[in-house]
Order: sequence, then structure tokens, then C-alpha cells
Amino acid sequence: MYNSTVAWISFRALFGRRRALLFVLPALVLIVITLVLKNAHGTQSDWPALVLGRVGVGAVVPLTALLVGTSVLGSEIDDNSVLHLLATPVPRRDVIVSKIAVSAVTTMLFAAVPVLIAGIIAQGPHKLAFGCFLGAVLGSIVYSCLFVLISAALRHPVIYALAYVAIWEQLIASLVGGAKYLSVEQWSLGIAHSVSSSGGLDSHLTFTPSIVLSVIAVVLTTWYASERLSAFTVRAD
Amino acid sequence: MSALEQTAAPVAPTGQDSPLTVRFDHVTHWYGNVVAVNDISLELGPGVTGLLGPNGAGKSTILHLLSGFLSPSRGSVTIDGVGPWRHPDVFRTVGLVPERDSVYAFLTAREFVTASAKLHRLPDPKAAAERALDLVEMEQAADRPIQTYSKGMRQRAKVAAALVHDPKVLLLDEPFNGMDPRQRLHMMDLLRGLGEQGRTILFSSHILEEVEKLADTVQVVVAGRLAASGDYRTIRRLMTNRPHVFVLRSTDDRALAGVLIASSAVQGVSLTADGLEVHASDHGTFTRELAKVTRDAGIGLREVVPSDESLESVFAYLVGS
Repeated sequence: MYNSTVAWISFRALFGRRRALLFVLPALVLIVITLVLKNAHGTQSDWPALVLGRVGVGAVVPLTALLVGTSVLGSEIDDNSVLHLLATPVPRRDVIVSKIAVSAVTTMLFAAVPVLIAGIIAQGPHKLAFGCFLGAVLGSIVYSCLFVLISAALRHPVIYALAYVAIWEQLIASLVGGAKYLSVEQWSLGIAHSVSSSGGLDSHLTFTPSIVLSVIAVVLTTWYASERLSAFTVRAD
Repeated sequence: MSALEQTAAPVAPTGQDSPLTVRFDHVTHWYGNVVAVNDISLELGPGVTGLLGPNGAGKSTILHLLSGFLSPSRGSVTIDGVGPWRHPDVFRTVGLVPERDSVYAFLTAREFVTASAKLHRLPDPKAAAERALDLVEMEQAADRPIQTYSKGMRQRAKVAAALVHDPKVLLLDEPFNGMDPRQRLHMMDLLRGLGEQGRTILFSSHILEEVEKLADTVQVVVAGRLAASGDYRTIRRLMTNRPHVFVLRSTDDRALAGVLIASSAVQGVSLTADGLEVHASDHGTFTRELAKVTRDAGIGLREVVPSDESLESVFAYLVGS
């Protein structure tokens, strides 16, 4: 299912564009905020859980996944270079799986690892840092699936992905009780909370539903993205 | 080594024994409310076929339908009996050169063509890539990023990537765009050679000269409809409602004009600076009678030139009608 040539081209495309410079910005903001709060409050109070949960898992991960996930496929569809990839017998499912893998690994590198670093800066090698890191890893995978699906299914994927993060994750999921079951952020925080047992994380789900719902989301989004790419059509000029 | 000699060596050993048939059966395609292709039926076999038509006529739509990047709204498109829509396996035997210039510009041509060979799961991707680059004469520039190439060089890199798996069917959308005259001639030799080897080559163009020089047969598309199909000289002869124009030179053009106007196959004659221009209503009868009537009249016939049998004339008639 994973095609190393597709992944290699995707990595080269991802880091060959100036847009790649943006990948470090969310992580940089997280590290700067952590350093400032560490200087101001030391290790006292519950700011590390708030920063790692709200800023790290809640903002840095989805924003980085958005930038990366919409780049790995959306940019190629926008400029039609994807035709060279699709004019081969490679199964579309393999293309999608490889693109998701590239997006997830890159998001982990630019979001999950900085969450771990921020956690260590805040409290040293503590369970909170490790828990948030694992939550961010899960978030990197699920968000990547979602944003690759949006890229395969819709024109202007950045706008739709941004609307999803801002409206669904940040607004509806925090206001409507039932929507928390369909929030990638909550699944990530569920993992982080299960590992760290930190009460400062705004988590509403436990380990099992977080994992089960994440696996269902990954399978469904990967399948549907493959279907949409199989039905890829060239747009009229 | 000439391009033709080079093409004699297959890029990858997939076998050329059984040529594939490409078929359109009453195909219609709409973009929203716009009919891009309207009830087209055609069949392509081995050799080079030119897809000719003005801009916006539906040529690219036909190529995208054939490569499975559009589905027919009505009718069926098949390559060797298989519909390409949602069947990427057709690319085992089909190569596509898209018109748009978008390509992985950050790769070198060698990387690009090798990646294409790997995506086709060829047993020796590097060797296949080298042969394909050699076919399009890109070896010298193959290690430069594609973004540094001229448009013509990019076209050649795209052709190399499409040829890397030695496809039996090659689809090219405006392949000569941006090529200089030398590159153009080389590409024509290459495609002609591939056609002579039994591959089915379909290329689109709005440049008559390219199609006239290269294609064995033409498919003329006008406003989404197939206006004509076949050898363009044959198409011209079938256009019986338009007189065939010949320019003749003889020992006595004025006397010859008097003789020819008496023939029922001739609609009119006029003396011009280039010779005697004859408008024949019946191509067959006129060409059969010409030698006899000139001999009988004691006039020496020096030159007979059909002046509207070019593809340009055929195309102008078809588009005009």
C-alpha cells in the first residue's frame, strides 16, 4: 500500500516549495511561549498543561497538519503535476496512503516533536511531555488523513481545512457536548490525559474511545480519499 | 545514430506483438451545460493519427477521456476492450504526455524519468530511464533540474517519462509546443518510427503543418464533433460539393483552357500568372481524361499540381462548413 517513489516525490515537492518555511512557524511560537512562561512562572502553577494542551495539541498540531496535508496532494492537483503520478498504474489507494504517510511524518517532525521539546522545557522529562507527545503523534496521523481527503475531494482545500479547524474543532467541539466525540483534538487530548493523568488538560474522552474513534476516522478518510482520487478528473480550461 | 534507428530498440521488453485498438463509441462529454465532445465514434489502430481542430474544439477532452481523466457522459471509450475511467492499469500499455507545462520542476529529467520507470514497476528502472532519455536526446541535460529547461526541453522530458515503459498506445496533447525546429523534426522522426513499429500514436495539434507531415490519418474535430476522419487526401476527394482546384502548365495554356472547358468534369478555368487554374467538379473523371484530351489536342502537359488537396484546404473547408 505504501509506495516509496510516491513518498520520495512528495517529500521533494514538500520541501522544494517556499511554503515549507511556514512549517516551523507554529512550533516556533509554541517554544517561544513556553520559554516566556517558564521564565515568568518557573515550574509552578498549571501553565504547562494549558500550553501543551491548548497551544501544542490544540493549535500547533492542526495548523502544521493543515499546511503539510494540503501541500502533499492539494498543490499537485492545483498545478496538475499530479497527472504525471496518476498516468501510471499505481493504485490510487497507494498514492493516498503514501501521501498521508509523508504528511503524518512531517507533521510529527514539525509539531509532535516540538510539543515534546516544549514539554521538557516546561517540566523536564515528565509524563505530561510524553503524554502530549503521544497525543500529538495521534493528531498528526488523523489530521493528515483528514486534510489529504479534503485535498482529494475539494478545490481550495486550505480554505476548507482552515474552516474545519476554526469552526468545528475550536468552536463547535468546545460548545456542543456530543461534538467532542468527533473532535480530533479531543482524541489527542484523551491519549495525552491517559498517559499523563494531568488534570490541566481539557480532555473529555478516555483512552479507548480516543483510539477506537481515531482508527475509524483513519480507515474511513483513507478509503474515501482513495475513492475520490480514483475519480480524479481534469478540469476544463 | 538517427532517431529512427534508436527507436528500433524497445525501451522495455513488454512485447509489440499485438497492437491495441482504441475505440470511441458514440461518446459525449459535458462540462456542466457545455458540450465538449458530441457523439463521437472512432477507432484507432497502429500508426500515427493526428487529432486536428481549432483551439477549444474538444481535442484535449478526447485525450483525457482516453487516458481515464474524464468519464464519458454518454457512450463508451475503450482501449483493447477496457474502459480507462477508474482503471489505472491501462497505463501499463498507455503513455500520456499532457499539454500543460506542470511537471515536477524540482527534479532533474533523469530523476523524473527514473521515478516514472519505478512507478511502472519496471525491472531495471535506471536502464529504462537512460534509454528513454536517449530516445529524446536528453542525455546531456538530464542532470539539470527541469525548472531550468526551456519549454521544448520540458516537453522532451515529459515524452521520455511517457515512453519509459514502452507503451503500445501513446497519447500526446500538443507535443510540439515550444520546440525549436530541430527538436520538432527529431520528435516527428521519433513518433513516426514508433508508429511504424506498430504502436498506436494519437497526438493533438492545431498546427496543420505538423499533422500533415506526421500523421498517417487525421481526425478533424470541430466544435466537439468529428468533422472528418481518415486520410486527408481521401477526405478531400469525398468532398464532392467543392470543386477540386488544379494548376496546370502546358505548351499552350490558352488552347488547353478551351479544350478543358468543354469537359463536363470541369466547372471553370482561368489563366493566371502561375499557369492554368482548373476547377474540376469530378476529381476522378478529370484526372482520367486530362492526359487524353491534351494529347488529342496536341498540347504538351508539363505540370499538374492539385492546389487544394493540402490538409490546410481540407481543414479550412471543414471548419468553414
